Amino acid sequence: MRLSTYILRRVAMLIPVLLGVLVLIFVIAYVIPADPARAWAGPRARAEQVQALEERYHLNDPIYTQIGIYLKNVLLHFDLGVSPTTGRPVRDDLKAFFPATFELAMCAFFLAIALGIPLGVISALRRNRPTDHFSRVVALTGVSTPLFWSALLLQFLFYYKLGWLPAMGRSTIDITRYTGFVLIDSVLNWNWTAFGDAAIHMILPAATLAFYSMGYLVRITRGSMLEVLEAEYVITAKAKGLPRKVVIYRHALKNAIIPPLTVLGVEFGWLLGGTVLLETIFAWPGMGRYAAGSIVMVDLPAVVGYTLVVAMIMLLSNLIVDILYSVIDPRIRVGGKRR
Amino acid sequence: MRIPGSTLFSSRYRLFQKRLHPITKEWGLTFYVLRHSKLAVIGGLIALAFMLIALFGSLLAPYDPISANIQDRFQPPSASHPMGTDTMGRDVLSRMLAGAQHSIKAGLIVLAIAVPLGVLLGGIAGLFGGWIDEVIMRVTDMFLAFPSLVLAMAFSAALGPSLFNAMIALSIVWWPMYARLVRGQALAVRETSYVEAARSRGASNWHIMFKHILPNCLSPILVTLTLDMGWVITAAASLSFLGFGAQPPIPEWGRMVSDGRIYMLRAWWMSVFPGLGIVLVVLGFNLLGDGIRDSLDPKLRRLTEVTWKPEKTSSSSTD
Repeated sequence: MRLSTYILRRVAMLIPVLLGVLVLIFVIAYVIPADPARAWAGPRARAEQVQALEERYHLNDPIYTQIGIYLKNVLLHFDLGVSPTTGRPVRDDLKAFFPATFELAMCAFFLAIALGIPLGVISALRRNRPTDHFSRVVALTGVSTPLFWSALLLQFLFYYKLGWLPAMGRSTIDITRYTGFVLIDSVLNWNWTAFGDAAIHMILPAATLAFYSMGYLVRITRGSMLEVLEAEYVITAKAKGLPRKVVIYRHALKNAIIPPLTVLGVEFGWLLGGTVLLETIFAWPGMGRYAAGSIVMVDLPAVVGYTLVVAMIMLLSNLIVDILYSVIDPRIRVGGKRR
Repeated sequence: MRIPGSTLFSSRYRLFQKRLHPITKEWGLTFYVLRHSKLAVIGGLIALAFMLIALFGSLLAPYDPISANIQDRFQPPSASHPMGTDTMGRDVLSRMLAGAQHSIKAGLIVLAIAVPLGVLLGGIAGLFGGWIDEVIMRVTDMFLAFPSLVLAMAFSAALGPSLFNAMIALSIVWWPMYARLVRGQALAVRETSYVEAARSRGASNWHIMFKHILPNCLSPILVTLTLDMGWVITAAASLSFLGFGAQPPIPEWGRMVSDGRIYMLRAWWMSVFPGLGIVLVVLGFNLLGDGIRDSLDPKLRRLTEVTWKPEKTSSSSTD
């Protein structure tokens, strides 16, 4: 199969899954025993107000009508509805909160890769030696520590006790926003104080998230590297008398890197899920905090909008990873029978 | 080796033993490798200790974990309160001991619902194939398309925040992994010649599922299950932390961390100890799961098989 056909087929397969996600979310929303319109209108609302809200959000219509109306708005006007609690369009809210979450997830993602993969490789090369034990313990502790607890502890240590890093928020310096990504905007403003400020705010949340998601990567990299190191072509390369460095980087690492690559999509999904917890603790103005708040308020349009965006990002990241490794390893495409 | 009683029984027993020998040998070998991995043994002991605390913790608690005792509030760790007291003067250690059961219950109940569901759906998908497979796997994809925690939050908000509903919510989001796992195995097993032989004998689909597919899935499921125990405990604690799970005054560990959060400066012990408890437990299950995975790994086992003497254990088991 050609690469372009493969990509097209995969993109086409996203559509039914996204549609399914939408239906699933509506089903969840539909079985909510709470009366959403009453929750939105507030405890002292009059019956007419509640009724007006129900009318406006089509709450009394059957579920398929609701899905139909929603789909029509999304597809024709790219409209995700108006949040009944904030009174703003969900699309604008998500647009405002998305960069913060994405920036955080990306920083944590690259940090996890930059630490996790080398740690796994070193661990495999020094199998059963202190370095190996150390990196495995680090990985295992990271995976075993609940995100909310490590975030709390780090915050306590680095803010309250040591006073080195800020505990909350994303930045303290106002700059002109171009992209919404503070790190990028501060560079565009050529304001290095703002950049430093944003970077310092980023350290704690990103490190917590990376520490948590790194463990899996270390484990996979170590395992795959160990396997490759015992492969016949590596033994042959060694027997030929090639320098150790060449054997490791040219022969072993190149092949060992595929399994860790394949889990990167899953990894990114974890990070996104983790942001919900993390943003609550670090008062990070992102989508995760918005979603947690919306879920509490039974803010259906906001929750549905958030879920759609997250599902889309996760599906896309999985797709990118799949494409990436079908480029690296052509066997995956040629096989054709892959699922 | 000698079994008292009739020769008929004896011969039958020997036949039984002979037929079962590959299986007992297999498990014996697995257990042997497992026992010789220090980390797995440590993990197993932690998990066991945790189970015991979950069972008897409330009896061991030196103080009442629920009722307030205002004059003793915010006591730092001391001899009488090894983990200090909380905002209401309740002993943190007592609350931890009494709260262990909620975490273990969450893990057990969620997996008891999610695993059979996932196994059944995955088995059906893999066995029948065609449009049934297509439908089940697309639904699985949908569930896997968003972070399980967010989905569980939505479900538990929909059902109303309580520990029980959090468990239901987690069960709903936890089955797809198992469906995938079993389906993969089923697809592989379906093509083997022994399944073909069974089919030619007229075996039904259900027979093939229970006699051939499920036994083949047992070890990967066991590994995933052990590792997942830790994951579910973390997820349940996270839901409680966010307010979607256990409600006060239930001494659930995640909830306790969240309750102590605003008092970090004044009483760090309120959040630190319950969190440490979660870390230990999850670490225990992770170590055990890793150990089981290694002991089921054929490559690692081939190395150990030489030193293992199966005759000794199999003869001692007949006594």
